[in-house]
Amino acid sequence: MQLTAMDIYKLLPKTNCEDCGEASCMAFATKLSEKETQLDLCTELESEAFTELEAMLAPAVREITIGTGDKTVTIGGDEVLYRYELTYYNPTALVIDIADNLSSDEFQERVKTIQGTEFERIGEILKLDAIALRNASGDPAKFAEAATKLKDTRFPLVLCSFDPEAMRAALEKVGDEKPLIYAVNESNLEEMAALALEYHCPLTIFSPNDLEKMKNISRALRSKGIEDIVLDPGTFVEAGVGDSLDDFVMIRRLAVEERDEDFRFPILGIPALTWLYEKDEVQGGIREATIAATLMNKYADVLIFHGTSIWELIPVLTLRQGIYTDPRKPQAVDAGLYEFGDVDQDSPVLMTTNFALTFYTVEGDIKGKANTYLLVLDTEGRAVDVSLAGGQLNAEAVADLIKETGVEEKVKTRTLIIPGLAAPVSGEIEDESGWEVLVGPRDSSAVPGFLSDLKEKS
Amino acid sequence: MDKISQLLKLLEKTDYLEINEFRMDFDELELQLAPAMQRIMQQAVQQQAVVKQASEIESLEFTPPVQDYPGEVAEVQLGAGSRKPVFLGGQKALYRFEDPQPNPPVVTFDVFDIPMPGLPRPIREHFSDVMDHPGDWAKKAVKEFGANMVTIHLIGTGPKVMDKTPREAAQDIEEVLQAVDVPLVVGGSGDPQKDPVILEAAAAAAEGERCLLASANLDLDYRMVAKAAVDYNHAVLSWAITDVNMQKTLNKYLMKEGLTPNDIVMDPTTCALGYGIEFSIDVITRTRLAALKGDQDLQMPMSSGTTNAWGSREAWMKNDDWGPTDYRGPIWEIVTGLTMMLCGVDIFMMLHPLSVQLLSEIGSTFTKEYLSTDVPDISNWITELE
Ligand code: SF4
Repeated sequence: MQLTAMDIYKLLPKTNCEDCGEASCMAFATKLSEKETQLDLCTELESEAFTELEAMLAPAVREITIGTGDKTVTIGGDEVLYRYELTYYNPTALVIDIADNLSSDEFQERVKTIQGTEFERIGEILKLDAIALRNASGDPAKFAEAATKLKDTRFPLVLCSFDPEAMRAALEKVGDEKPLIYAVNESNLEEMAALALEYHCPLTIFSPNDLEKMKNISRALRSKGIEDIVLDPGTFVEAGVGDSLDDFVMIRRLAVEERDEDFRFPILGIPALTWLYEKDEVQGGIREATIAATLMNKYADVLIFHGTSIWELIPVLTLRQGIYTDPRKPQAVDAGLYEFGDVDQDSPVLMTTNFALTFYTVEGDIKGKANTYLLVLDTEGRAVDVSLAGGQLNAEAVADLIKETGVEEKVKTRTLIIPGLAAPVSGEIEDESGWEVLVGPRDSSAVPGFLSDLKEKS
Repeated sequence: MDKISQLLKLLEKTDYLEINEFRMDFDELELQLAPAMQRIMQQAVQQQAVVKQASEIESLEFTPPVQDYPGEVAEVQLGAGSRKPVFLGGQKALYRFEDPQPNPPVVTFDVFDIPMPGLPRPIREHFSDVMDHPGDWAKKAVKEFGANMVTIHLIGTGPKVMDKTPREAAQDIEEVLQAVDVPLVVGGSGDPQKDPVILEAAAAAAEGERCLLASANLDLDYRMVAKAAVDYNHAVLSWAITDVNMQKTLNKYLMKEGLTPNDIVMDPTTCALGYGIEFSIDVITRTRLAALKGDQDLQMPMSSGTTNAWGSREAWMKNDDWGPTDYRGPIWEIVTGLTMMLCGVDIFMMLHPLSVQLLSEIGSTFTKEYLSTDVPDISNWITELE
């Protein structure tokens, strides 16, 4: 149900007054359909048309922001079931839980770990997004006290308690920071709804494995005027994971394909539940990451973790980076000659392909660690092994690249270092280019070492 | 407690409030009422309104969003003769709440015809005692780690590896066939000239055992591979490189050679987690959707070379900031395979026993009906979690 620019144009004033900053109403409509401008920039819209357009432009899944100021994370906003159809919006928020009954030291330590968790990959720092405070003590005062302590962190909050009294106590302290309230169920509906309204906070519905009940609660909340809702259909981590998957998929399908108003909200999963059944740190970590990856693949917009080991979070962060890459953006960098560090006529010459992931990986490995030229071959954005199999990486193309970039005028060497995975065509490249070919490491992390060994030998 | 405090206390607890009565009884106090009092009154009134609304909520029915699919995935049998057969594919829907799939995803353990010193340590740890004999290796995978299938990679036939002859390859196949009774996938060395010859020799040695010959692709003599499969009753792995159209073309060619959709498994290429997995997600999703929509050239089960995950540096590279490789490797393999499984892949080539176990656990739920499993009560997780 992709909205076209034409659908939008029909409702615009068609005066081409340019107030919106676009040359024409049609241009504005095109930008709107691609989510690249804001409807309210059009100054000429009648309120009726505005309301209609606003509804048309609303994403299939409501976009919700947790937190305020510079402590926010936005979730939802999705339009499609499969990323290839458009793109997925707003990466899954990764949240770590913290119990309100930890000792002061343990509490501080955990907050520190959460803040310090990051991982760099292809030029992007991957981080966590929020902290979920758990009312493990069952005591409202403790819950409120712990919430106050979290005010100083750089993270937005999820407040977890089914007890409205505890929730109120915490909201009195941090309600102005717009935390996500977790959660409303059948038995606390009125009180939690009232709190969400009073503090203008988004509210999570907890209805494990019961989408009918979820629909009823959602309808009830919506009829009270609550707009920001998050859905937790229950995370089952053992044999029940099949049910969780079904629940997640059904919710998203209803939102995207049937525009079912009761389900057009972000979905929350809790891989942390793994630790209810698995106490071993390694097994637990591996299982928690597995559940997280499962749910992230099927539409989870928020995931609450208990484990903080970096080795279990890295794969999850990496998966998120991949899934949320915009498939419409070119996956290739410009081909040509790149320089790293101080290069001169004695510098070595490396080669790789113009697949963005490959290029940024190589860049990350040699930047600041080696002084070298890097030839980047146009393989239509394919990785070394893939373009070798597909024929884009071939001897002729490499020879042409050497000629076109004029690298022969810049360096004295006539030795080209190719990726280890390109070894099968090394002979052909020599024949075609007249250069000598040296097969480099299979993984570019070894390039700086490879180059310094080479230097020592010469 | 004075009267006002008593009243405040009382009001806090009541859902319903008789405002008129209250005004009469405490009329004279009205002027002195603290702002707090007024707030509570307002709240009480609000609450009353809320309660009224709640009682009006209708009970809505929920209907699962089940779709109709004009197409279905072919079922491929692997293993016959002296093998216990395994079935792949056969899906009539995308998700199990629509129609549980008839066969669970299958894992096939990688075994090699040479000792493979280059395998990551966490793998070697499990198999170092059997790596000299592919038969023992296969046996261990089946006996100790419950492999549904075994993939024997004839890496040693590579001209630059050991240049083993087709005869030697056939002997290795015979050794593995003797050692286990699960179906086999037979892989070459990746040399486009030699692979068809090797696969033909292997196919002849395993006549009637219905192996999966890996692979036919557009870079080699796929006709020869297809013919070997037809002549000796095997299935063929049809490998295209993240390209739905290339996959279609190759499948068509293979079917021209006499293979049917029940004899073909597709490998749309698994890019590892962090190394382009999103391309595989898109291609595999599109392929399965096309099959269910009725595209007869894509209605075959799919395979994933999940082992690719071990090539990722996050899986093997020593780096203290990333934690021990012992854990990173298996997770990388699981997440890679799992992601492919959730897009519709039916058979997984894998290396690590733990990865295999976790993937199979999740995969085994795909054949069950929605809500047919006993699930634990998780409603107290907030306090139960340690
Ligand atoms: S402001 Fe509105 S009316 Fe004016 S050009 Fe833009 S879209 Fe058209």
